[in-house]
Amino acid sequence: MPDFTLSCPIPLTTYPHVLMAHGGGGRLMRNLIQQLFAAAFDPQSDTDSAVLAVSGSRLAFTTDSFVVTPLFFPGGDIGSMAVHGTVNDLAMSGATPHSLSAAFILEEGLPMETLWRVVESMAAAARACGVRIVTGDTKVVERGKADGLYINTSGIGFFEHALVLEPASIRAGDAILLSGDIGRHGMAIMSSREGLQFESDITSDSAPVAGEVQALLGGGIQLRCLRDLTRGGLASALVEISLSARARLGLTESAIQTRQDVRAACEILGLDPLYVANEGRFVAFLPADQADQAISILPAASIIGHVERLGEPLVTMESPIGGSRIIDLLSGEQLPRIC
Amino acid sequence: MKYLDEFRDPAAARELSAALHAVTTREWRIMEVCGGQTHSILRFGIDQLLPPAITLLHGPGCPVCVTPLEQIDKAIELARRPEVIFTSFGDMLRVPGSSTDLLSVKAQGGDVRIVYSPLEAVELARRNPQRQVVFFAVGFETTAPANAMAVRHARGSGVANFSILVSHVLVPPAIEAILASPECRVQGFLAAGHVCTVEGYEEYEPLAARYGVPIVVTGFEPLDILQGIYLCVRQLEEGRAEVENQYARAVRRQGNEPARASVREVFEISPRKWRGIGEIPQSGLRLRESWSEYDAENRFTLLTGEVDEPAECISGQILRGVKKPNECPAFGTRCTPESPLGATMVSTEGACSAYYRYKPHA
Repeated sequence: MPDFTLSCPIPLTTYPHVLMAHGGGGRLMRNLIQQLFAAAFDPQSDTDSAVLAVSGSRLAFTTDSFVVTPLFFPGGDIGSMAVHGTVNDLAMSGATPHSLSAAFILEEGLPMETLWRVVESMAAAARACGVRIVTGDTKVVERGKADGLYINTSGIGFFEHALVLEPASIRAGDAILLSGDIGRHGMAIMSSREGLQFESDITSDSAPVAGEVQALLGGGIQLRCLRDLTRGGLASALVEISLSARARLGLTESAIQTRQDVRAACEILGLDPLYVANEGRFVAFLPADQADQAISILPAASIIGHVERLGEPLVTMESPIGGSRIIDLLSGEQLPRIC
Repeated sequence: MKYLDEFRDPAAARELSAALHAVTTREWRIMEVCGGQTHSILRFGIDQLLPPAITLLHGPGCPVCVTPLEQIDKAIELARRPEVIFTSFGDMLRVPGSSTDLLSVKAQGGDVRIVYSPLEAVELARRNPQRQVVFFAVGFETTAPANAMAVRHARGSGVANFSILVSHVLVPPAIEAILASPECRVQGFLAAGHVCTVEGYEEYEPLAARYGVPIVVTGFEPLDILQGIYLCVRQLEEGRAEVENQYARAVRRQGNEPARASVREVFEISPRKWRGIGEIPQSGLRLRESWSEYDAENRFTLLTGEVDEPAECISGQILRGVKKPNECPAFGTRCTPESPLGATMVSTEGACSAYYRYKPHA
């Protein structure tokens, strides 16, 4: 048996145990993936889906697990999210989603009626996305070993175009499009969790975005790279792309749309909406001369910045009052502040 | 967003910046005491709108940063006890004690929970009568009233299994300690608006007079901070040293009387150790004798004693305004938010963390 403490690439002296921050979408998670998982496995790319060459055609393949609590939240539930999440990961490679698998880890004692509601929601979401759930798996664990239920979905998709959507395709001068307002999913979850007593009408943005991507592609937009905003929010998605593409990105804070109630809730808790989770938003890198056309296809979107140059991984943002700051990954999740 | 967007208005910011350039004729060093202000300054790039002659020094007003190592070690000791539910505001959980942090204790099975109010911790105690619920009562004058209220509420509603681990500090004694130090470089202060919302600003008047420094009570939005700096520089240029209130929409000279009364009922002034600075006389709060049953340090026998800081960390000099974060040789290399040497790199309000997050670094 190999000596794990000697061969493990993560410095165990720093983090001898897994922390919540290792799943928070920030720097600790990035380190874990790069230094432990990628070192052991054979990842095909640093995008949301692997693109495989199969019998002369390209196939996109991805997987995602869903552990959200509560299971039902304003604007969605774990079932619809499990479909949207994987459909969106496929869409981010530019693929048309085709089929999904669904694996369930169920906790002993989960009301059957709850499970049925989740499954119905998954089926409805799959129909709406035009994908089929074709295979699956079921496991049950003892009471207390899962939060009701966890879902894993995997998916495959096919390409109807020859574009290669990945960070390496980004060019200097490209416009950065954001598909809508940010921060709704994270704040909807927070407002529905026990213990945090603020009332709001914030609903999750959980939605499939494959249709929006198809509309851009169908409109002739020469997309370079897409990334859906999940954990870690807009900021983390852009920093990751900047690191992969070694691109310097310049953003304008006032162009980023955030609903008033989302901003207010973030202010109260001392959170930055740039790092709050989303489930139905993406960023697209595209040629600057197609920016107006892209906005006419997706009227809710906005151009939030540009690729200033290649060769230097850095994201900067101009504040509303004219100062500038860098945007970096957080260590883990944002924690509400004392005062 | 009403009451916020008005204070982030670009045109008004440009006007204030121009007025500040016009009034500044020589070099001035101003300290913003509060970590929330440090965070705003770097997040909005306010430092870039100032005349180059003005240097902002970042003060000790980050509650996470000045909580002494041994209090964090005591928190960790408590959180490891099986009968304890340890509750805290979120940003204390990542602060390293001498061997580990509360998030790691949680990962190893400690019952550590983030709460958003100390009253939530009292409610948790009421619902879990077989457990001991401890709340980490950290902070300045700002958080003291809510913590006082939690203890009063626990007694009033007969919740006996609730206690607090107190690490409360006060701003005026810290300002005085900085001013009295022979290495003091500070010529004017921005006092923390929310601290003064509670305690008022009478206490600052003798400090301004004795040390000849202007003190401007200042809010947290970009325009508040720009205006606070403007008022401070104007006083310096005119040779005045007074207490001025920029944050008049929230702060009255006598503060918030009911909140102060509540704090005085439960707490008394005591000496306190500040992380990176050392003990400052009369600079903290402890529970009064009549409330000592709610003091976690009385309720539990704790083994934690005196603890030393890592030698390489210069957070003490940073918190006193003697050095800036990027003057530390470990900054961004041996000290990062993932492996911090000191608390100023941990909290979002810590000066080192704010520099790391918002300013370019190697």
